Amino acid sequence: MTAPETMQLGKAIGAALHDALAEDDRVFLMGEDIGALGGVFRVTDGLQATYGPKRVIDSPLAESAIIGTAIGMAYRGYRPVVEIQFDGFIYPGFDQIVAQVAKLHYRTKGRVRVPMVIRVPYGGDIGSVEHHSESPESYFAHTAGLRVVTAATPQEAYSTLRAAIASDDPVLFFEPKSRYWSKGEVDRSIVRDLDTAEVLVRGRDVTLATYGPVVKTALDAAVAASDEGIEIEVIDLRSISPLDVDTVVASVERTGRLVVAHEAPKESSVSSELVASVVERAFASLQAAPERVTAYDTPYPPSAFEEAYLPSVDRILDAVDRTLGRRSSRTAGDRTPALQGGSR
Amino acid sequence: MSLTVPAPDPALAAGLDEPLTVLHPDGSRHASALLDPQLGDVDEHLLTDLYVDLSILRRIDAEAFALTRQGELLLWPPSQGQEAAQIGSGRALRDTDFVFGSYREHGLAYLRGVDQGEAMRVWKGVQQSGWDPMEHHLATPQIIIGAQSLHATGYAMASTLDGSDDVAVAYFGDGATSEGDVNEAMVFASAFQAPVIFVCQNNQYAISEPVAVQSGFPLALRPTGFGIPALRVDGNDVLAMLAATRIAVERARSGGGPTFIEAMTYRMGPHTSTDDPKRYRDEAEVASWRAKDPIVRLERHLESVGAPIERIREEAKIRCDAVAKELRAAVTAVHVPDERTLFEHVYTTPTKRLERQLAEHDAFVASVEAEDHA
Repeated sequence: MTAPETMQLGKAIGAALHDALAEDDRVFLMGEDIGALGGVFRVTDGLQATYGPKRVIDSPLAESAIIGTAIGMAYRGYRPVVEIQFDGFIYPGFDQIVAQVAKLHYRTKGRVRVPMVIRVPYGGDIGSVEHHSESPESYFAHTAGLRVVTAATPQEAYSTLRAAIASDDPVLFFEPKSRYWSKGEVDRSIVRDLDTAEVLVRGRDVTLATYGPVVKTALDAAVAASDEGIEIEVIDLRSISPLDVDTVVASVERTGRLVVAHEAPKESSVSSELVASVVERAFASLQAAPERVTAYDTPYPPSAFEEAYLPSVDRILDAVDRTLGRRSSRTAGDRTPALQGGSR
Repeated sequence: MSLTVPAPDPALAAGLDEPLTVLHPDGSRHASALLDPQLGDVDEHLLTDLYVDLSILRRIDAEAFALTRQGELLLWPPSQGQEAAQIGSGRALRDTDFVFGSYREHGLAYLRGVDQGEAMRVWKGVQQSGWDPMEHHLATPQIIIGAQSLHATGYAMASTLDGSDDVAVAYFGDGATSEGDVNEAMVFASAFQAPVIFVCQNNQYAISEPVAVQSGFPLALRPTGFGIPALRVDGNDVLAMLAATRIAVERARSGGGPTFIEAMTYRMGPHTSTDDPKRYRDEAEVASWRAKDPIVRLERHLESVGAPIERIREEAKIRCDAVAKELRAAVTAVHVPDERTLFEHVYTTPTKRLERQLAEHDAFVASVEAEDHA
């Protein structure tokens, strides 16, 4: 048993890959620039030197082929961990992911397993150009057969990625790239599942559910709210598909209020699904209409606008206040306070 | 893995002027410096076996097509006309070579010993794959055009990693050569020198689009741009297909990398049982290909070498009748599984979400039944 180490989130992912490669020679990595360069974010730094170019494979630049050939390798018993360099580059591989990876196990009645992990650095707030800051997780959460998970801390990154690699289901592992350099303790002996949300902070007033890079923002919001005597219960959803609705419902049954936050746009998003599920199952517990704090329904804007576009502590607190009836509706002239158990 | 890519070279393609062939439509055997060395084992016995295989495949196809008209099957993509392309190439493989086909490779399923009743489950609409891919080293039908070419390439890459000499084969049609996946598969196959064989059955049509819509020059030239050698073969000549595939297999097994085979053939039937080819091609064209029929030419060849053709025909007929009878019985016996099974195998272990939906479904069904009994 090794002692906990302090490391950056990106390094924790590298450590998980290192340990998985060491433990199981059926695990291999494939992606663009993951070899000598160590990936554009250096997540795979040193792995090709350690495990060689047959297990850490620099691939030609073709996302569909990265996914598709990894399927073929899975047919032969391998456990592929592939990297899509940036969120916005995943679309050429979309067909192989949703039409093949997701459906092979179902199609073959369990005879073919695709224990593939697709690593996707995602999200914004890194001041980059178009296609480098997107949050495409909902496309995949909408597809049966895929697991879609995120990680918010170095520990979560390490343990959840290990669980993803160990899983016999295909997993999309969305890495919050703006948090790659955040530091935390990592205990390599901690084992995590792929199914459950986690209550990070207990609070009696409002449930705030989020995931990935927004977890840190949510925790900051909870601290700020506590200064005003408001207790926010912060939940890291961890898994986007399947969503752990049970944990959120149990929380809302205590707090009566729900705010969901994420970097992805609002329409047909994780928050759409979560709010709908909570309303279905805990309608009577709701004391206010659920609120959502998301990106706007525009394409990802130029990075100069990121601050306005992405969820922030202030936007979260604003939403929390509305659920508590401490603010009016955002609609100008509409002074109707939130109704008991109702909607606007 | 090696990333050495040979320079593109049009000279990599053989058979561009005239597809490689040894068996002409009149049944006469012709010399081929390239193919003959692969055909040393061809004797009356092998020719008879091939004839029986081709005949059985044609019969399976005819029976299945008829079953769509009788409402026993939903849909069928006919293979008539492509028997030699499938049986000739398939016969060049060993059992542990993994085949990734499209949805028209009924000949490969037959060669790999797939139970016809299992194979027909897809076309009956009760299952999305018929057989166990691992048992037969044969992926189940791939409906996304060209997607399987990547799976074959990855399988071949894995075979190399294992130090095995198993090869992988991707079957696809002329239309698939326009898909990104097929081109990306050739990029990867070439870059990693993967032991994969691309068998393109150029049956002249992608549903209604003639091959000229896909390409103004021979499809066999495409792989050469990726540094992959190509053999353009008379796909209605079972011996030429056998020989060409043996060349490709030998290259792959010995570390020589991928090969592309363009089998020049013709889809005699419609795209599927719901298609109407009269809208896009004329009878004269079909007749010209009927004159190049793969089974007729083999029959003529058997006759020309003095084989007891009447006895061989009779033997083939007995085998075909038996297969047809078995197929009909198997299709009729297929029943629709319990609808609750639609929730199975989405994941390797059921998620809470799906368990919940199954429970909701059960409750709804029970409530309807309770009302019916009230």
